[in-house]
Amino acid sequence: MSHVTARPHAIGLPMDRVDGAQKVTGTATYAYEWPLDQPVYLYPLQSTIASGRVTGVDSALAEAEPGVLAVLSHLNAPTLTRPDDPELAVLQSAEVAWRGQFIGAVVAESLETARRAAGLVRVDYESRPPDVVLRADRDDLCSPVHAAAFGTGGGELQDGSPADSLLGDVDTALAASPTMVDTTYSTPMYHNNPMEPHTAVVTWLNGELLVRCSTQGVSMSQALISGVLGLEPGRVRVVSPHVGGAFGSKVYPHAYAVLAAMAARIVRRPVKFTLTRQQMFALVGYRPASIQRIRLGAGRDGRLTALAHDVIEQTAKAKGYAEQVAVCSRMMYAAPHRRTTHRLAPLDIPVPTIMRAPGEAQGMYALESAMDEMAIACGLDPVEFRLRNEPEVHPESGLPFSSRHLTDCLREGARRAGWEHRDPAPRAHRAGRWLVGTGMAVSTYPSPRFPGNTATIRVGPDGRYTVRIAAADLGTGTWTALTQIAADALSVPVGQVEMRIGDTALPAASVAGFSAGINSWGTAIWEAADRLRARLRAEHGGIAPPEGLEVSAEMAGGNPEAERYAMHSFGAQFAEVRVDEDTGELRVTRLLGMFDVGRVINPKTARSQLIGGMTQGMSMALYEHSVLDPRFGHVVNHDFAQYHIASHADVHAIEAHWLDEPDPHTNPMGAKGLGEVGIVGTAAAIGNAVHHATGVRVRELPITLDKLVS
Amino acid sequence: MRPFRYERADEVSAAVTTLVRDPEAAYLAGGTNLVDLMRLEVVTPELLIDIRRLTSDRIEELPDGGLRIGAAVPNSDLAADPRVRRRYPVLSQALLSGASGQLRNLATTGGNLLQRTRCPYFQDITTACNKRTPGAGCSAMEGYQRDMAILGASPTCVATHPSDMAVALAALDAVVTVAGPASERRIRLTELHRLPEADPERDTVLARGELITGVELPPPHSALRSRYRKVRDRASYAFALISVAAALEVTDGAVRDARIALGGVAHKPWRATTAEATLRGAPATRESFLDAAAAELSAARPLPGNAFKVPLARNTMVATLLELLEEAR
Repeated sequence: MSHVTARPHAIGLPMDRVDGAQKVTGTATYAYEWPLDQPVYLYPLQSTIASGRVTGVDSALAEAEPGVLAVLSHLNAPTLTRPDDPELAVLQSAEVAWRGQFIGAVVAESLETARRAAGLVRVDYESRPPDVVLRADRDDLCSPVHAAAFGTGGGELQDGSPADSLLGDVDTALAASPTMVDTTYSTPMYHNNPMEPHTAVVTWLNGELLVRCSTQGVSMSQALISGVLGLEPGRVRVVSPHVGGAFGSKVYPHAYAVLAAMAARIVRRPVKFTLTRQQMFALVGYRPASIQRIRLGAGRDGRLTALAHDVIEQTAKAKGYAEQVAVCSRMMYAAPHRRTTHRLAPLDIPVPTIMRAPGEAQGMYALESAMDEMAIACGLDPVEFRLRNEPEVHPESGLPFSSRHLTDCLREGARRAGWEHRDPAPRAHRAGRWLVGTGMAVSTYPSPRFPGNTATIRVGPDGRYTVRIAAADLGTGTWTALTQIAADALSVPVGQVEMRIGDTALPAASVAGFSAGINSWGTAIWEAADRLRARLRAEHGGIAPPEGLEVSAEMAGGNPEAERYAMHSFGAQFAEVRVDEDTGELRVTRLLGMFDVGRVINPKTARSQLIGGMTQGMSMALYEHSVLDPRFGHVVNHDFAQYHIASHADVHAIEAHWLDEPDPHTNPMGAKGLGEVGIVGTAAAIGNAVHHATGVRVRELPITLDKLVS
Repeated sequence: MRPFRYERADEVSAAVTTLVRDPEAAYLAGGTNLVDLMRLEVVTPELLIDIRRLTSDRIEELPDGGLRIGAAVPNSDLAADPRVRRRYPVLSQALLSGASGQLRNLATTGGNLLQRTRCPYFQDITTACNKRTPGAGCSAMEGYQRDMAILGASPTCVATHPSDMAVALAALDAVVTVAGPASERRIRLTELHRLPEADPERDTVLARGELITGVELPPPHSALRSRYRKVRDRASYAFALISVAAALEVTDGAVRDARIALGGVAHKPWRATTAEATLRGAPATRESFLDAAAAELSAARPLPGNAFKVPLARNTMVATLLELLEEAR
């Protein structure tokens, strides 16, 4: 028996992770570790051409290997019922659309046997020369046409935004501007590279499919996997309680899950399949490369008169994917004349996907680098220049912001970073062999709420609450933060709340993506808690009945306030870098971020998210770069020895702070998204600091030492 | 990975005999490189002879004041040895700049010397490589060239040797002791590794079955100061774009002796003999160091994708020598 008590305020406390002990003791079961009775193992065959078709598959040697149960290819694979998604339509034709595409699989009693036998399959091809190079002068650039997967805007870009936007007369305004900046920046292909590789452990039981995998959303995986296999969604269960990192690459299910399901149906045994690191570079998406031209015009008062952001980006011929790279330029700064465009170069390359802050990460690198160049051209301090161009309302839609405390972030961040003492002259400060410089940039990311969330809360006679929603914790601490939200919504201590997530047996939930997780799931939980408390009060005198009480809240729609307010997180990042004058070696000696992310649910996990994002932003600025070989179409540096991600030794002083100003419109908690805003702007802040240190403006990421050595 | 047999050898002579007799056999020491290559099917031995107990894992004083390092000494032990740290700082620094703590614990002295290039095309059996399959062609020549050689390459191979330790040993005039089918022989470290020439499949001059048993360091010159400078794409856990192992002795403002070796530039640790000769007797100044670096690098033939390595090597050599000069004052 328990009485509803005063609100204990778990929100805002740095609670330890509810799954922390499991993780550090190695008892948290990740997908591949799930114990199975007599599993078999799948090893894939991948195309060694980037474009063409398979003309022959000789699997006799592989099939003769002891322990081999099946060799799959397009010749014998089952026909998928709804192969609408070209990425998921695995083994449905002989066509090869990128190098590394699945063209078959070997299923065997052991992983070693499967891998060895895969090497014995002989594949013949009819090959076309691959076309994989992104250039601005290609004559086949096209407008995005594919409908968005997310968002309700109905536009062509991945987030639902329209491909182009136009307000006023940009060219005339630019021509009339006393100061103009016209620069082009490029960002390379980046791979998400979560620590835990993508995995599917698949069991068929009485015509029903159980998929244990590592995903950012079990409900979406269930919908897409059941769809492609032609099953009722209820006959596919997806389970994914623990996820060892994702960074967007586990939002959509990829072909590996379908391939494993196919194999399990054929051999009638549970199938385990996990990708190798090298395979992940061809099969689970990446951030597409971009070439971005930015033109800014400014008046003598240091206010922008015109802003044009024209983007060319990679996409796959196999499946159009158009990232919202310039969408940030539609809302960031005031300017009467503005234009953005997105054009695609369809190439013989793997299918891109979401990667942390898709669009904003690249787009704000370009915009914030150009803003630095413009501040210098105007003779203004970069912080002051941004303060002068702060919009009152969303510059295109005219909607007010639900909350926008960017100017506070700029001022407070500048104060903490010691910005007022900065000498703006480049190449003016040294420490021994190091040239020292500082730079800043702004961060932003939308704070949407997704539809399709149901939370169910049951209170038992013992006064314990079980909260059920098919949410996902990617290792970020969501499990813990949702527990805190539920506790406060129920007005009970967190110890009385048990949170269950990561299983389609639970009420449906949207994906952990677009920094929408807490907003979407937390709102459903809050609503269910309100309803439960109301019923407890009305029907049971505030006391849990002996049979317990269960209440659900189904949030079919998104945030109705989104029609009246533009909702975004913000931040300002300050970087100090040192560049070795002899070698061009670069060290980021300090990174400081000041964020406006609404109310912070858990400062401990929030800080990890923000400094994690900033570290990934630094990695994007300086190290990461997927090198496509133009002759073969594969990523050459496809392992952790060669694809450089920031190491511990690269991270020096790093700080994330926040204003803790609740947003009155995003959700009942007053929270805004913070999973992605941390990576946005970091690369520009570092690039701007490199210019300040050296006088060299590098406009192609990553900023490697060869671009600085002389 | 292909199936393989595993045997632990008890006698050097038996291990050598097995390797000479069985063309599909290979020595296994720390395995930090070999096992990776087996997983990738870059190498496919049918028999692994575990040699970890065959050679010494001790570091011993030599009568002349030098040190003898057993082939089985782990990289981490060698880097931490007080005698090495005091008398041969360049070697300790080189070891600690390579790999990771875990890898250094497992990797051995002999294995470090015999590790294979990390050329991405060598490590990917779907792309042609003369080192892997003689005559197949070199994918790196017109491919991703950032980590490729600028000195001593051939039309068949532009790969670099990845070891940091070997660069320091080259500068220190180390000698490798080798057991083989015939009697034990001694090879100067600078002559252990080969340039690719027409047969890049051969990394070293070792004959089939020959086994490195140890490395001998000559006595350190008391006035010789040494250091290792490694330039790479991130602060830790990356192979050298350029590395410099240097020792410098200066008397009355003139260079009396200089030992310089470069890493990341060639198919072997590159002893910069031209630079050394230019420096000997020259005034110990920045200008002399620049001249020496320029003389050494006049032989450089960079590819379009690694032309930056020439100025980078020059600047790193000069900076390292200047630091040693500063230290001597």
